[in-house]
Amino acid sequence: MSAVLLVLSSFLASAVEMVEALTIVLAAGLTRGWRSTLTGVAAATLTLAVVVGALGPALTLVPLNALRLVVGALLLVFGLQWLRKAILRSSGFKALHDEDAIFARELSEAETAPRNERAGIDWYGFTLAFKGVLLEGLEVAFIVLTFGSTQGSIPLAAAGAAVAIVLVAGIGVLARAPLARVPENTMKFAVGIMLTTFGIFWSTEGAGAHWPGGDAAILGVLAFVVLWSATLVALLRRQHARVAIA
Amino acid sequence: MKHIVAFGRFWWDFVVGDDWLAAAGVTVALGVTAAVATWWILPPAVAIVLAATLYRATQHS
Repeated sequence: MSAVLLVLSSFLASAVEMVEALTIVLAAGLTRGWRSTLTGVAAATLTLAVVVGALGPALTLVPLNALRLVVGALLLVFGLQWLRKAILRSSGFKALHDEDAIFARELSEAETAPRNERAGIDWYGFTLAFKGVLLEGLEVAFIVLTFGSTQGSIPLAAAGAAVAIVLVAGIGVLARAPLARVPENTMKFAVGIMLTTFGIFWSTEGAGAHWPGGDAAILGVLAFVVLWSATLVALLRRQHARVAIA
Repeated sequence: MKHIVAFGRFWWDFVVGDDWLAAAGVTVALGVTAAVATWWILPPAVAIVLAATLYRATQHS
């Protein structure tokens, strides 16, 4: 069961980050030319590969309890950040993530930026694509490595991420448009819930405590996080409606 | 110096994010969990931290 959750979490987190990276890459490619943009994408991918190649084997050397404590704590903090934003969006306190609007903004910024060409590369397009892919990819790499190493299966976590990357990139190439129809907030909500659930479970074990029922307790923690998040959304929706009327 | 500050700011944003309260709350709750070695501290602590960070966000908006 935890293997399914592991793959699903990696897939969802990677898909969300890839949708965001794709929006930036498309804006850079359409306005600054594909040569500079794809060079930026390749450079960022190479940098990510170096980071993963160095960090992956290093993580396997850390004692499992220390790894679970640190990784669990980090996942928990990340999960709470994702959940916070998703709950604020679901309850109306924050605007929904609109890939079309972000694409239009990136497009207009990229169009107006001056050209600075060296060695046949437009550096604005290169930097935009490089930063977009590196920053979004770093989050994916972190989730895959930490999920995989803590659960004892980096390949399984990487498989979930790879499917998402191929899927989103494939759709992006075919559509040549931002993936505005992806239910991004729902996916972010799911990722926030998964990260928080695994974070609570692993960091508690890393801190030296034991869950009743062993690994099966993950399902109990998952139910708790889902129910509490749903309660908070319902409460904040009522509060938002009251504020809107007043 | 500028690069060190920018590097530090990147990691602060990456790990801590919009509200430091979540990171601080998780750290304290994990400290208590480690001290008493029991599982039931963290779930309610996380619930309280999430509610508190949302309360802060809605007060600002």
